[in-house]
Amino acid sequence: MSPFRRPRPAPDQVTGPVGATGGAQAPDAPMIHARGLVKRFGDFTAVNGIDVDVARGESFGFLGPNGAGKSSTMRMIGCVSQPTGGVLRILGMDPRRQGTGIRARLGVCPQQDSLDPELSVKENLVSYARFFGIPRRVAKAKADELLEFVQLTERADSKVEPLSGGMKRRLTIARALVNDPDIVLLDEPTTGLDPQARHLVWERLFRLKQQGVTLVLTTHYMDEAEQLCDRLVVMDGGKIVAEDSPRALIERYSTREVVELRFGAASLEDMAGKLAGLGERIEVLPDRILLYAFDGDEAAEAVTGRGLTPSGTLVRRSTLEDVFLHLTGRTLVD
Amino acid sequence: MALATSFGPGVLGRLDGSVKRSGAVTRRNISALRSAYWLVVISGFFEPLLYLLSIGVGVGGLVNKMALPDGRLVDYAVFVAPSMLASSAMSGALAETTFNFFGKMKFMKLYDGVLATPVRPMEVALGELTWAMIRGSLYSAAFLVIMVVMGLTSAGWALLAFPASLLVGLSFGGLGMALSTFLTSWQDFDVLGTLQFALFLFSGTFAPVSSYPEAVRLLIEATPLYHAVELIRGLTTGSPHPVLIGHAAYLVVMGILGLAVAGRRMGRLLLK
Ligand SMILES: Nc1ncnc2c1ncn2[C@@H]1O[C@H](COP(=O)(O)OP(=O)(O)O)[C@@H](O)[C@H]1O
Ligand SMILES: [Mg+2]
Repeated sequence: MSPFRRPRPAPDQVTGPVGATGGAQAPDAPMIHARGLVKRFGDFTAVNGIDVDVARGESFGFLGPNGAGKSSTMRMIGCVSQPTGGVLRILGMDPRRQGTGIRARLGVCPQQDSLDPELSVKENLVSYARFFGIPRRVAKAKADELLEFVQLTERADSKVEPLSGGMKRRLTIARALVNDPDIVLLDEPTTGLDPQARHLVWERLFRLKQQGVTLVLTTHYMDEAEQLCDRLVVMDGGKIVAEDSPRALIERYSTREVVELRFGAASLEDMAGKLAGLGERIEVLPDRILLYAFDGDEAAEAVTGRGLTPSGTLVRRSTLEDVFLHLTGRTLVD
Repeated sequence: MALATSFGPGVLGRLDGSVKRSGAVTRRNISALRSAYWLVVISGFFEPLLYLLSIGVGVGGLVNKMALPDGRLVDYAVFVAPSMLASSAMSGALAETTFNFFGKMKFMKLYDGVLATPVRPMEVALGELTWAMIRGSLYSAAFLVIMVVMGLTSAGWALLAFPASLLVGLSFGGLGMALSTFLTSWQDFDVLGTLQFALFLFSGTFAPVSSYPEAVRLLIEATPLYHAVELIRGLTTGSPHPVLIGHAAYLVVMGILGLAVAGRRMGRLLLK
């Protein structure tokens, strides 16, 4: 059993009124509140009117393929990009007027690492803390503590350049924590990392989640979303196409199990015809056929029962990938 | 800074925050100091000194005394030394605010990280400009000491010329940062370098502008290094004149305009 699956009650979703002026915020007011949020670049619409509420202590995800508008949304939430339209409140404040005040309370791990190549690992944290007005002495202590947390203490005096991708990512995450943020924004925290490095990052993020930090992350890995998110939205083409907990999404949009069938060189369209009527739904991918069924083994037997001989058969539990495929007709990672 | 923490919110508090954040940007550069960088900094100091020795003293031995605007006749080295001071203040500031600033902004993507914190684009610009001025002030102070030792100016006038050289650094620093936001590739720096060298040669540095044809003279008088040279020469040669205020005003305006343009353009480029 993976350590990430420890049950934890999902915080109640809150949609109370938000003070437009900021400052004192009701304890149950959403940390992030967006209505009809739009981002346009020229006449291209990257984010096309999305509604989002993130509650305190929640771990919230944006799941979607490349180009869905996840980073554009994160940059607006991070107050480094002005919304083109709609309402956006972060911690009850308005990013258009209170960007500095909001950013002071956010921790940001951008899609592209923006570490300082001229500074050492530790100096990266200390220097960054200074941008938040944290005194140098406090910043140094904080840096030591965070290096410990992301397991980089041994590399404290190293330059950033020789670090592996996973180490750079962990350093960026540590950097996002120097100001004890109320919300941590993570844009594709593990993209490009090898499985081991990903698991280390997940484990650290899971610890943050347990400490009650509000996490907002984007990903196009369904396993990442399943492991880390209490609740998520599925984004495609700048729009939200579904919203719920990972489990509920799978229950609503997919079957319990999936049979993956491969047929060597045979035409998959022809095979799909011969499978008609089996399971609840059939999806033809370029390299395989997915057969959605409550009981995968039973469905697989039915396939051979029809005299078909797949070159490969895999019965698995349904994932968010299947949800995405069902909603958009495409896979998450091509 | 300790005093500043007593300010509450409001204008003073906000200003205090701004100053601190700019200071953190400046301070980052001190942490980034490495031996290789020091070599560059030191070579930046020797360059004007070599010019002073070879042209001011060497060539100066072959030419007649120069007439200052107030009619006094001085050695050629006395005439050329303030030009070298102004030029080195210019190149120090430009090196930091063009090449280095551009590298940090577009190559290292340093400010993408910085602007995700409470720091604002204008505060980055201010912090980097302050850093450029710190670097420039080291050159200027060392060069002024040498001028005093060589008898090319007096200690008193050198003390007045020092803040003037800081102004020159501020002014060219603002200009350099504004220009950087328009550059797109490293090749653009060749053009910038050529322009800078032309300014260095013709801004009344080695010969008075009055020796050029009228049209050329007017053109030169519109460019910034001319005003820097005239301001500093007026001070190191001990011939203050109200017109120096005009030169100083030109530099102040260029510095402020440059800073304002740089802050705005950075916001546009990085906060899309
Ligand atoms: N600065 C920009 N200028 C123009 N188009 C952009 C810019 N940033 C993003 N886009 C476009 O907006 C769309 C969404 O991008 P992004 O938000 O980065 O998606 P994601 O993070 O989900 O991959 C893409 O088609 C991308 O090309
Ligand atoms: Mg992205």
